[in-house]
Amino acid sequence: MIAVRADPFDAAGLLADFSARAAGAGAIASFTGMVREENDGAAVSSLALEHHPSLTEKAIAGIGADAIARFGLTDVAIVHRHGVLMPGEAIVFVAAAAAHRRAAFDAVDYVMDRLKTEAPFWKREQRSDGAHWLEARDSDHEDRRRWGAERR
Amino acid sequence: MRIVFFGRLKDGPPAGPVPPKVRDTDALRAWLGAGRPELLDASIRIAVNDEMILSNRALDEGDEIAFLPPMSGG
Repeated sequence: MIAVRADPFDAAGLLADFSARAAGAGAIASFTGMVREENDGAAVSSLALEHHPSLTEKAIAGIGADAIARFGLTDVAIVHRHGVLMPGEAIVFVAAAAAHRRAAFDAVDYVMDRLKTEAPFWKREQRSDGAHWLEARDSDHEDRRRWGAERR
Repeated sequence: MRIVFFGRLKDGPPAGPVPPKVRDTDALRAWLGAGRPELLDASIRIAVNDEMILSNRALDEGDEIAFLPPMSGG
């Protein structure tokens, strides 16, 4: 399941659906990213997530396919919000199903590292100290490099 | 040609009419960058008709060119 959507989602419900579909897998790992309530010491009032509809769909589908091939997954789910989000809302949900735990854990980590640096989203935080564009941090790029380049 | 900006690049002025001498993405970036030097930065990527390009690309009248600052998904 790959989706980019404007409406809020329930991560627990997505995980339950994913687990039902992945029946028979030995391991399921998942990650949910949330809008934080505070950043750099300032209270966050909202997070606007802009995207490039067709490029974003393509990029996420490609990352999902790469994860399946690289880790031998039986299934993967990536659900990402766009639009205006409130603190405490889920931004992204990633789940991976595999025969064994290491592949499932690593695949979720890998998908998140690639989303952070390669998915065409741009975040603008409204905070008590004004509006701030967020970009991937140096540590995000270092995390991404752990996996090496994808062969295409 | 339609030129669109994403993320923080939207905060700048929109692009004016593209002169006829601008026929590829390198020339377009140089022409726009004369007024907006941030567009010359190597971290700014370009997509033509919804496809990310990795090197210079010839442009046609009906093309849509998107300027994309560093991304921040997840």
